[in-house]
Amino acid sequence: MTSQTTNPAPLGPADTGRQNKITAMLSHAAADLGKNGIFLALLAVVVFFSITTNGILLRPQNISNLIVQNGYILVLAIGMVLVIVAGHIDLSVGSVAAFIGAVSGVFAVTWGLPWWLAIILSLAVGALVGAWQGFWIAYVGIPAFIVTLAGMLIFRGAALITLGNSNIGSFPQEYRNLGNGFINFPVELFGTTVDPLTLAIGAFAIAGLIVQQLRTRAGRLKYGQEVEPTPWFIGKLGLFVVGIGAVSFALSSYKGIPVTLVVLAALVLTYGVVANRTTFGRHVYAIGGNRRAAELSGIKTRWVDFYLFVNMGVLAALAGLIFTARLNLAGPKAGEGFELEAISAAFIGGAAVQGGIGTVTGAIIGGFIIGVLNNGMSIMGIGIEWQQAVKGLVLLLAVAFDVYNKNRAGVRTRR
Amino acid sequence: MLPTTGHPQNNDVRKGSGTDVTQNILEMRGITKTFPGVKALSDVTLQVQRGEVHAICGENGAGKSTLMKVLSGVYPHGTYDGEIVFENETVEFSDIRDSESKGIVIIHQELALSQYLSIAENIFLGNEVKGPFGLIDWNKTNFEAAKLLARVGLSEKPTTKVMDIGVGKQQLVEIAKALSKEVKLLILDEPTAALNDADSDHLLDLILHLKQQGITSIIISHKLNEIRKIADNVTVIRDGKTIETITRTEVSEDRIIKGMVGRDLEHRYPDHTSHIGEEVLRVENWTAHHPQDNQRVIVDNVSITANAGEIVGIAGLMGAGRTEFAMSLFGRAYGSRISGTVYKRGKEIKVRSVAEAIQNGLAYATEDRKTYGLNLIEDVKRNISVASLDKLVTMGLVNDNEEYRIANEYKKSMNIKTPSVMNKTGQLSGGNQQKVVLSKWIQSDPDVLILDEPTRGIDVGAKYEIYTIINRLADEGKAIIVISSELPELLGICDRIYTLSEGRITGELPTEDATPEALLKLMTLEKQR
Repeated sequence: MTSQTTNPAPLGPADTGRQNKITAMLSHAAADLGKNGIFLALLAVVVFFSITTNGILLRPQNISNLIVQNGYILVLAIGMVLVIVAGHIDLSVGSVAAFIGAVSGVFAVTWGLPWWLAIILSLAVGALVGAWQGFWIAYVGIPAFIVTLAGMLIFRGAALITLGNSNIGSFPQEYRNLGNGFINFPVELFGTTVDPLTLAIGAFAIAGLIVQQLRTRAGRLKYGQEVEPTPWFIGKLGLFVVGIGAVSFALSSYKGIPVTLVVLAALVLTYGVVANRTTFGRHVYAIGGNRRAAELSGIKTRWVDFYLFVNMGVLAALAGLIFTARLNLAGPKAGEGFELEAISAAFIGGAAVQGGIGTVTGAIIGGFIIGVLNNGMSIMGIGIEWQQAVKGLVLLLAVAFDVYNKNRAGVRTRR
Repeated sequence: MLPTTGHPQNNDVRKGSGTDVTQNILEMRGITKTFPGVKALSDVTLQVQRGEVHAICGENGAGKSTLMKVLSGVYPHGTYDGEIVFENETVEFSDIRDSESKGIVIIHQELALSQYLSIAENIFLGNEVKGPFGLIDWNKTNFEAAKLLARVGLSEKPTTKVMDIGVGKQQLVEIAKALSKEVKLLILDEPTAALNDADSDHLLDLILHLKQQGITSIIISHKLNEIRKIADNVTVIRDGKTIETITRTEVSEDRIIKGMVGRDLEHRYPDHTSHIGEEVLRVENWTAHHPQDNQRVIVDNVSITANAGEIVGIAGLMGAGRTEFAMSLFGRAYGSRISGTVYKRGKEIKVRSVAEAIQNGLAYATEDRKTYGLNLIEDVKRNISVASLDKLVTMGLVNDNEEYRIANEYKKSMNIKTPSVMNKTGQLSGGNQQKVVLSKWIQSDPDVLILDEPTRGIDVGAKYEIYTIINRLADEGKAIIVISSELPELLGICDRIYTLSEGRITGELPTEDATPEALLKLMTLEKQR
C-alpha cells in the first residue's frame, strides 16, 4: 500500500530511458524521411529526366518554362492542400479557373476596365464563388465532394455562358505579364548578356533563406528544442542554396524571373506561415485530425470550413488569371483537368486522404514532380497516352507508400 | 441433455459441479482475460441454469461486458484463459457466428440494426431466406418476420424501415432477430438503458414470456428494481472477479449493492483537505432534450452549484444523463431545446457555443478522449495548445517556441510519459493521453473544470496521479466537477456529491455523510410512476 504513495508511477517498463532514446531517434529519422522523402523523390525525378533528355530538362529556357507552365497548378495546389487537410476536397477549381478567366476577359477586354481593376474584381468574383460553395459545405452540411462536383458543372456552364460560344482576347500587356512577363535588367557584358537583377534577387533569396533558417534554429535551441543534427542541417541548407542559385543563374541567362514565380513565391511564403503559425491554419489541422475534438476545443469549425473555400475560390481565380494571361485568351476549354493535377500534387506531397496531414511545401513539390514528369516525358517524345498512365501510377504509388508508412506506424503505436 | 458423446472434459465438469450438470446450460470456469497492462477478468466463474433469467451486476468497468464478449466469441478462444461449457459441451468459439450457431445470441447496448433497411431485412440480415436460384424470397422473408414479430409482441409491418420505429421497438426487433437464429441463450447488455418506462416494462415482460418458452436469458443491468423483478439468480462481479451468486430468495437491492461496492477504499486516493471558498458556478433548472428526438428529456431540470477549491462529484449510472448534462452545459455541445441559466460568481453568463463557454472560464474534459478529446495524429504540443491558441499569438502569429516551452512544462508537471512533446499523441498510453487532455484544459485556465470519467480505462498508478492533479487544481482555487460511475472514486476525492438518475438530481450529500449504499440507492431512484 505504501509503495503506491511513494511511487505513484508504475507506468512504463523499467528500461524506458534507454528505450525512449532509441524510439525517439528512430521516430526522428522516420519523420525526417517522411518530410524529406518528397524532396528526394523530386531530386530523383529531375536527375532521371536530365539523363534521359540529355540535359535538355535543365536548360535555362526549359527551367523557365517549367515554372511558368506549372504556375497555375501550383497556385491551386496551395489552396487544395489546405482543403484536403481539413478533410474536404474541391473538384470545381478547374471550372472556376475557366469561369474567372472568362469574367476577367469581360472586365479587361469587353468592358475595357484598367488591368489592375479587372484583376481585383476577378479575384473578388472568385471569393464569391468560394463563398457560395463554402456556404453549402459549412452551413448546410453537404459533403464537399458533392458541392464541388456540382460546382464543376455549374461554373463550367457559367464560363461558357460568359464567353457566349466564343473566345475573348487579346488582353492588355500588363495583364498578360501575370502569365508570361519577366522581371529583368539585361546587361551586355564581355559579349554575353547577363541579368544582374535576377542574380541579385537570387542572392537576396539565398541570404533570406539562410537568415531565416538560422534564426529558427537559434530560436529552437534557445527553448531547448530538438533540432536536426548540424551536418544534416548544413547539408540540407547547402542543397537549397545550390538549387536556388542554379535556378536564378539559369533564369538570368534566359529572360529573367517570371512574374508567375514572384506570385508563387509570395504565396508559398504566406501560406507556409498561415498553415503553421496562424490560429486559422492550426484550426484547419485540428479539424482535419479530429473534427469533434476540435469543436469541443472551441474551434468554430463551420467558420473555418467556410473561409477555407472562400480562400480556395480566390486561388482558383488567380490560377484562372495566370492561365488566361499566359494564353492571352479566355477560352471555353480552359482549366480542364486542373482539379485532378492539383489534387494529385497535394497527395503526392504527402497529404492524407482522411485529412489532418499535409503541407504547403509538400504540395508545391508534388506539383513540381508532376510538372517535371510532364515536361520530361514531352521532351522525350513520349505520347500523351503514356504520360497519363505514368502520372496515374506515380500518384497511386505515392499514396500507397504513405498508407504503408502509416499502417506500420499504427502497429507500432498500438503495441 | 445426456452427455453420451463422452467428451473427456465433460466428466471433469460433472465432478466439479456435482449434480448441477443437467441443470446448467452454461458454465464459465476460471475465465481470465488480460489486455495490455490491465487484467479485465480474473478467474471468473459463472453458472447459468437452464430456463432461468440470470442477472449480472457490477459497476461500470467491473468486467461484465468483457465476460459476455468472451462468451459470445467476440474475444475468440485463445485470447483468454479458462473454459466455457455450453450444454455440457466444451466450446471454443472463434467468432460471433460460431457462438450464434450454438444458439448463444448477444444483444449489445448499442443496437446493431441497419437504419435504412426494413424490419424483415434486418431480422434476416446475413441469414437471408433464399428461394430458387439462390435469390431472396421476399414473400417468405416478410411472412416469417411477421411470425417473429408476433412472438415478441411488436405490431409493426415487416416492411417498415427500422429508422421509422422507436428505440424500444428496435430492441424488440433485435430480439426477433435473435429468435430467428433459434436462440437458446439470450444475452442482453443493458437492454433498458435507452428505453422509456413503458418500453422497459414491455421488454421485461417479454423476457419472462420467453423464459416460459424455454429460452434462457442473461441480463446485464444497473437497474436493481428490474433485476429484482425478473431475475432468478444474480451474479455480482467486481474488479474483474466473481463476488457471489445470489439466489432469487435472497435477492434484495441492498444485498446486490453490498456485493457491488464492498472493497477496500484505503490508500487509493491521496490525502487532501479542501479549502472551500465562494460560489463559482451555479446552474439552475438546466434541461436538455435528445438531439434527434426533441420530445425526449435527457437532462431534467438540473440545478447544481460548485465553489472555489471544491471538488464536486456527480454520481450516476450509465444512461443517467451525466455526460449529456455536462456537454449541453459546455456550449450546447449536446442536445436540443436546451434551457436553464448559468451563473458564474453570481453573474449570469451565456454559454451558447463551446468558444463562449471557454471564454467564460468553463472547461470540459471528455470521457471519450479518443473520439472527442484528442487529435491523435497530431503531436502532444499542439494538442495541449489547441483550446487556448489565442494566448500564444503575438502580432497574428503563433509563437511556436513558446508553445513548445509550455508543452514541456506540462510534460514535467503532469508527468506525461513521452520521449518528446513532438511525438504523436496516438503513441501515448491511455493514462498519458488523459494527462494531455487535462493539460489542454488547464492551459485554457478555467474557473470551472468538468472532468467526465477522468480515470476511465487507465491503470491504478496513473489514476493516483490524476487524483493528485485534481487536488492540486482545486487548491489553486478552481471549482472541479467530477463525473463518475465509480463510487469509491467519488467518495475518495470529492467534497460533496450529487446523484443523478434519469436526468434528474436525486440527491446531494456531503462526502462524510455518503456511503456507497446510500449513493447507489439515490442513483437508482426512479421517477414515480
